[in-house]
Amino acid sequence: MKKIKQPFKFFDVTADIGFIAFGNTINESFENAGLAMFNVISDTTNIAKNKEFDFFIESEDEVSLLYDFLEELLFLHEIEFMLFSDFKVKISKNDNNFRLDAKIKGEEINWDIHERGSEIKAITYHLMNVSVNEGFYEVKGIFDL
Amino acid sequence: MSIKDNINKIRENVWEIPGTYNKKMRATGRLYIDDEGFENLEEGAIDQIANVACLPGIQKFSIGLPDIHFGYGFPIGGVAAFSPNNGIISPGGVGFDINCGVRMIRTNLTQEDIQDKMDELLDALFKNIPSGVGSKGKITLKENEINDVLDYGAKWAVENGYGWQEDLTFLEENGCIEDADSTKVSDKAKKRGIPQLGSLGSGNHFIEIQKVTDIYDEEIAKVFGIKEGMITIMIHTGSRGCGHQVCSDYLRKMDRAYKKYKIDIPDRQLACAPYDSDEAQDYLKAMYAAANYAWANRQMITHWVRESFENVLSKDAKDMNMGVIYDVAHNIVKEETHEIKGNNSDLIVHRKGATRAFGPGRNEIPEEYRDVGQPVLIPGTMGTASYVLHGTDIAMEETFGSTAHGAGRLLSRTQAKKDYSSEEIEKDLESKGIKIKATSKNVIAEEASGAYKDIDGVVKTSDTTGIAKIVAKVVPIAVTKG
Repeated sequence: MKKIKQPFKFFDVTADIGFIAFGNTINESFENAGLAMFNVISDTTNIAKNKEFDFFIESEDEVSLLYDFLEELLFLHEIEFMLFSDFKVKISKNDNNFRLDAKIKGEEINWDIHERGSEIKAITYHLMNVSVNEGFYEVKGIFDL
Repeated sequence: MSIKDNINKIRENVWEIPGTYNKKMRATGRLYIDDEGFENLEEGAIDQIANVACLPGIQKFSIGLPDIHFGYGFPIGGVAAFSPNNGIISPGGVGFDINCGVRMIRTNLTQEDIQDKMDELLDALFKNIPSGVGSKGKITLKENEINDVLDYGAKWAVENGYGWQEDLTFLEENGCIEDADSTKVSDKAKKRGIPQLGSLGSGNHFIEIQKVTDIYDEEIAKVFGIKEGMITIMIHTGSRGCGHQVCSDYLRKMDRAYKKYKIDIPDRQLACAPYDSDEAQDYLKAMYAAANYAWANRQMITHWVRESFENVLSKDAKDMNMGVIYDVAHNIVKEETHEIKGNNSDLIVHRKGATRAFGPGRNEIPEEYRDVGQPVLIPGTMGTASYVLHGTDIAMEETFGSTAHGAGRLLSRTQAKKDYSSEEIEKDLESKGIKIKATSKNVIAEEASGAYKDIDGVVKTSDTTGIAKIVAKVVPIAVTKG
């Protein structure tokens, strides 16, 4: 089986930053979107995994699910004062609703240790997309900085 | 053929996008930009002016200002006013950073007075005012006190010991929009707002110690209490995570509302609801609450700026004459009265990356300034000048009393980091006599002045078109960045 070449890449937007995250499964592509997010805020290779958070989200479609997932990550980052580096996601569909169960791990912010990247103000809907390309999942979005 | 061929020049630096540009346009577009700016302008931004002109109930013109650039749905550097009878309200017409704005404080100091203490002053500002990504404010709110911040804004701040009673006179809306309603703000937005109250944030937000270098209108400068050589302080920040969340929450609601009300929009990010709908009214009250949060935030920072000066210079802030010159909001919706075809009409004015520039006589302007028009504060970027202008009658006639809000980004952050290094920039600033302190080297490179449009050109276009006239120029001598 082919494997994705990279977990995510960034693309340039004048005032902000865009990302495309890849996955062999939709779950993996969402996990990599989380990774992309915390590589904007900091450098995830330098974030320990000593604190765990679990949450779930229900949304009407996959794009909304992505939006709500990233928004929840931003929320936890800000109010719990956390940086995350490990994302486990399970997406399921029942009736017309999508559900995402997440288990994420990270470390409380310590700017003496962690690299300071950019502050993400919000997730935008601009170009936001979930698609399958040559057998791989691709999720795309823009962070408003 | 370029789409720019369809655009007509009306007079020097003013252009009209005719209704034929897009058949669904309900008003024409107006663009205030010089020839060079027009030449370089992204076509996407022109499309966005035309798209906004398609929204129901739009009045007069969909307006692009001298610093216009491509935004999400609505352009940044744009103004659109709608009738409450058949018009709409859209969170996209404000943007994420609700009531991002600028405050300016005067002093009776000169550069000579503080020259030997510059490092200490910069350190004190940096230490006393939390900044940067993931920064916590340094205060703890009591249970439910966030609701008072949201409902009363800068008034709450002054009542709680942050700053002076007279400061409120010199803030747009006196720092508190009474129609704000904290019950319309989600718990999520409140939770993001609580730890960040009293913090600067990151990106293009800053605190600068500046020096007035040029006065263009002696008489009006005197009215504003500004003179050549004076040290001033400028604060540029907004409503932090609280406002960002209010915008996100209501974008999501509006995405359902425009379908429910069957509003035909050319771009999903223009999602909106009729003025009198619950969705629009709830957004308006929540947005006002977030705007109040921002005024409280800038009020608290003002207090800590004064404290920093007091501690370092061992003088009382009142003895240093550290009063507020003015405070402007540049991302906001307001309910205002404007003349349409000879009649006074109540309108809903969306300003996204636009500064109110009310001309002489308007009641909203503090009495002290009313005869000359309101002060308009346009911040530059790291290492460049900022300007004080005044509002005009032309702005009242043409732009719903509005002008530009800043320089506008030219290069992406990645490109800026490729083109500039923080060491080079610090050296360059040092050679200009500007000290800088930032939370990271990344932010210095990303915020290089070369990554932004030329602020001098933006302000000049505002001046030559008459939508706000230049009063004074200030240059930074010390900058703190988040």
